[in-house]
Amino acid sequence: MRAWLRQHRRAAAAALARMVAHKAATALNLAAIGIALALPAGAYALLESLRAAAAGVSLEPQLAVYLKPEASRAEAEALGARLAKAPSVREVRFVPREQALRELQAVEGLAELAAALETNPLPDAFVVRLRPASGSAEARAAAVEALAGQLRAFPAVAHVQADPLWARRLAALVALGRLAIGLLAALLAFGLIAITFNTIRLQILTQRAEIEVAKLIGATDAFIRRPFLYLGALQGLGGGAVALALVWGVLAALDTAVAELAATYGSQFRLRFLEPADAAAILAFSCFLGWVGALMSVSRHLREMEPT
Amino acid sequence: MISFSGVCKRYPGGREALHDVTFSIERGEFVFVAGHTGAGKTTLLKLVAALERPSAGAVIVAGQNVGALRPAAVPYLRRNLGLVFQNQKLLYDRSVFDNVMLPLAFGDLPEREAARRARAALEKVGLAGRERANPIELSGGEQQRLAIARAVVNRPAVLLADEPTANLDAAAASAVLELFAAFHRVGVTVLIATHDEGLIARAGHRVLRLAAGRLAA
Ligand SMILES: Nc1ncnc2c1ncn2[C@@H]1O[C@H](COP(=O)(O)OP(=O)(O)O)[C@@H](O)[C@H]1O
Ligand SMILES: [Mg+2]
Repeated sequence: MRAWLRQHRRAAAAALARMVAHKAATALNLAAIGIALALPAGAYALLESLRAAAAGVSLEPQLAVYLKPEASRAEAEALGARLAKAPSVREVRFVPREQALRELQAVEGLAELAAALETNPLPDAFVVRLRPASGSAEARAAAVEALAGQLRAFPAVAHVQADPLWARRLAALVALGRLAIGLLAALLAFGLIAITFNTIRLQILTQRAEIEVAKLIGATDAFIRRPFLYLGALQGLGGGAVALALVWGVLAALDTAVAELAATYGSQFRLRFLEPADAAAILAFSCFLGWVGALMSVSRHLREMEPT
Repeated sequence: MISFSGVCKRYPGGREALHDVTFSIERGEFVFVAGHTGAGKTTLLKLVAALERPSAGAVIVAGQNVGALRPAAVPYLRRNLGLVFQNQKLLYDRSVFDNVMLPLAFGDLPEREAARRARAALEKVGLAGRERANPIELSGGEQQRLAIARAVVNRPAVLLADEPTANLDAAAASAVLELFAAFHRVGVTVLIATHDEGLIARAGHRVLRLAAGRLAA
């Protein structure tokens, strides 16, 4: 066990020493890997920011029920009472048309428009919050849709809006984005393996004499392989760290501008750096890919290096 | 310790380098493999070290059938053999000391014990003062002795040397031969391939004589 640890310590130290000895080549490799990984990692961070913003909006199902303009207050109250009794409803808030107009006037830039109106064009409305139902996303959507259908049947009801359309579109967009990022990441993972494969190939060629001697004096393949595997894994890890630094830098540079832009729309939207778990996963993944590239390279090239 | 029975070796596309070679070497023997260039001496040593596999016949080293050895078992066979090659295969990117440390890297020895052994091996071959030098700064004889130090640092039971005195002047050649004799005296089995008949005559040990791949009586 102690001997085994010593072997690994030596192999890791040898790999590190090699990286330090070839500073320029190491820097170029780390930059290449880092930039390649920064693309999907950065896209992922952006997507997560969007998703977080979307999640804040539509955590629980919600319905907006707009009444016909000619509906009387009595009809509205009757409907409100019916809604309050429905089992799937958690809270009903009545928004009288006067309040809706006041809210509109409070919105910056719209006040003048609202003031210019001679009559109030807005209808009475109910905002209905539903109990978060269990079951699949489809089943929940179906339940919401069923209630919406029942409400539409009331003569006083003009329009029922289920989950806002934009939220559904955003969710679909996020899913599409994830797929695209997944494909991009797979492609660049392949690139990372190729970069490592080649680095290790060159390293094996420059150490040809040492490898032949090692085989002559009874080194096992595992022993000969070990420093190269460490080299690949360390390079992958370093590249992953460069990628995280790049993503962090770019997000930090963009964030102020994005926050200002979002504020003009009355939004608190901010860019978020990757969650610690995501960052750790990226490091582990790039380390693993470097190891895989090194393993492939070493398995292929050591066989061609039998001593004579 | 080493026995060949009916061993043939045909290189791919070449003619037979060894034909029906049979002999046996006891533990602790000192044996020369003699013969002209191309007689098959190097091939014979390579078969012992599993650097080549026999085309026919059996090569047994320390009770193991080398020809049938799994590739994963070869390193463990080689750790019991000290190999001194014609082109010494020294590493010129590191010091004399680090060259001798090489075979100890994959052993289980702690660092300090390994360093102590490396120094002892260098002392034995008379290179104690040259530890920090680069092998390129050494003379031909010194390089050969460094190769021997590297071969024996693991205390192998068998020492194999291919033309260890080629390119050496008479004095350096005697020094190298005396080294092998010293290891022989402490019980190491020594097998040396050489075409230097003078060396063989001076040492006066058992001789396996090869001619065109066949063992002469
Ligand atoms: N790797 C090889 N491939 C093909 N033929 C070889 C190879 N090595 C040696 N031979 C041939 O085998 C014969 C014996 O060579 P070798 O064992 O090197 O003889 P020696 O060491 O006695 O000079 C020679 O004819 C040589 O050309
Ligand atoms: Mg030869």
